[in-house]
Amino acid sequence: MGQALPEIRPAPVAALAVERLRLRDLRNWARLDLAVPAGPVVLVGPNGAGKTNLLEALSLLAPGRGLRRAAPSELDRRPDGGPWAVAARLAGRHGVFEMAVGREPGAERRTVLLDGRPLKDRGRRAELVAMLWSTPAQDRLFQEGPAERRRFLDRLTLTLDPDHAAQVATYERLLRDRAVLLRDGRRDPAWLAALEARIAAVGVAVAAARRQLVAALTEAGAAEPGPMPGVRLALEGEVERWLEDEPAARVEERLAAALAASRELDAVSGGAAHGPHRSDLLVRDAASGEPAAACSTGRQKALLVGLLLTHARLRGALLGELPILLLDEVTAHMDVRRRAALARALEELGAQAWLSGTDRGLFAALDGRATFLEIDNGTIVGDERPSHAAR
Amino acid sequence: MAAAPIEELVRLLAKLPGLGPRSARRAALALLRRPDTLLAPLLAALEVCARNVRRCSVCGNLDTTDPCAICADPDRDPDLVLVVEQVEDLWAMERAGAFRGRYHVLGGTLSALDAVGPEELGVERLLRRVAERPRIEVVLALSATVAGQTTAHYLAERLKPTGARITRLGYGLPVGGELNYLDEGTLAAALAGRRPVG
Ligand SMILES: [Zn+2]
Repeated sequence: MGQALPEIRPAPVAALAVERLRLRDLRNWARLDLAVPAGPVVLVGPNGAGKTNLLEALSLLAPGRGLRRAAPSELDRRPDGGPWAVAARLAGRHGVFEMAVGREPGAERRTVLLDGRPLKDRGRRAELVAMLWSTPAQDRLFQEGPAERRRFLDRLTLTLDPDHAAQVATYERLLRDRAVLLRDGRRDPAWLAALEARIAAVGVAVAAARRQLVAALTEAGAAEPGPMPGVRLALEGEVERWLEDEPAARVEERLAAALAASRELDAVSGGAAHGPHRSDLLVRDAASGEPAAACSTGRQKALLVGLLLTHARLRGALLGELPILLLDEVTAHMDVRRRAALARALEELGAQAWLSGTDRGLFAALDGRATFLEIDNGTIVGDERPSHAAR
Repeated sequence: MAAAPIEELVRLLAKLPGLGPRSARRAALALLRRPDTLLAPLLAALEVCARNVRRCSVCGNLDTTDPCAICADPDRDPDLVLVVEQVEDLWAMERAGAFRGRYHVLGGTLSALDAVGPEELGVERLLRRVAERPRIEVVLALSATVAGQTTAHYLAERLKPTGARITRLGYGLPVGGELNYLDEGTLAAALAGRRPVG
């Protein structure tokens, strides 16, 4: 529960990598069996060809609903395919393993297999398969409401603390439980107090985990600024502020007391006036100090990708393993200079990166180093590998 | 497709915990293949249970008598009550053989979302029992899950005004662990190492 981040250890950093990828009946892919070369993989093809679907397939190997947050049956190939399945051989700090995910026949449920055996433990899966992604849906991340930014931050936290997702889910369930009590007018003070004590305990753990991550990211970004623009991060919220000058146990008491005092108000609003579900992640351009929301679209994308790369580096330093990066259409809003910076940053980082775009010219900076897969209508129609990447 | 009565048997068996449709079909076939040695004795056992087993009106345990054998046993300490979530937990404690007091079986944990409140858990019944015995000790032996801990917190709050001694099980309980998964030695140690609440 919100334990301290592991000590930085100088062990050699592994890069988690997919070595072989197989798909069946997923979106517009009937079948795929791909031996994945070392180095960046660039998916090129027209809109609707299946580039994002392929990235989504990869994202399903990590816990959660994937980069489009799709329900299991939405992923079946139309009109007559399914149930879908993704299987991959991965190599990382835990050695080589096979992860397979698919929809259970006749059910709106996924089955996960690790080396052929059912894997139910989401925390274990988060430990094994860490992925970070950027999608066009995040283009408005800095303009949108704080909920999306919290979700984004929680995904990052999960790649360092495998239990974080369960903690957040528990916290949300406790809040719903309290809301039901208040809505029904059941003012059982002992019941409410018991719930508020748990909400405070879990909520403070969630806030502390987020806060630690933001501090670590800020430090990592400042210590080693990469070719991509840097960001300055801050968490804005009452609980985070309290954590600055008081120990966690005291903050728990304070949050529980604040919740007890806001029962009347919360009964009317249906929510809870206090807690880390009201916090926000503030992002600024480190160079100009400008809020990210005020920057140009291209700059925003560069800030976001820069943040993901910093986080990937941080995970490498803390856990000895770099996550896999899925970068969907990230170069679309970048100019030549930024695209070159991205190529340089990816090379310096050394994580396995999957990129996509409609125009091969957008990836000229990766020529000779990346594998270019030309995608059309759910198939690979061109496969161009750098000479050194023979496997 | 099997005959309708067999399908009905499979459908009912599949409602049992730990049995999915596939294992329910296997269980049904096992019964039907051994009508004399398995099916008939099971039917008889089910009938006896359906007719005779009831919830103890004192503690919530399942038994053929009311009060249950534990509540009626004069050798069991009436001033020591162990509060557990489920009858399985009571069974686990009894298997361990380390407890000589009595029980209160909640039958669940508080959850407004699932409409399980203090009435469903028999909390008033417990409070009345405690009020009758000034020297009583109540041991909260709920699971280390969030729901278990919320419920334990609630019970401690409600019991405080009675002046009863309130304790909880000691070390050795795994986080998220449930009593009925613990071995007997761990249960005995947790009981011996119980600590005051609050
Ligand atoms: Zn009884």
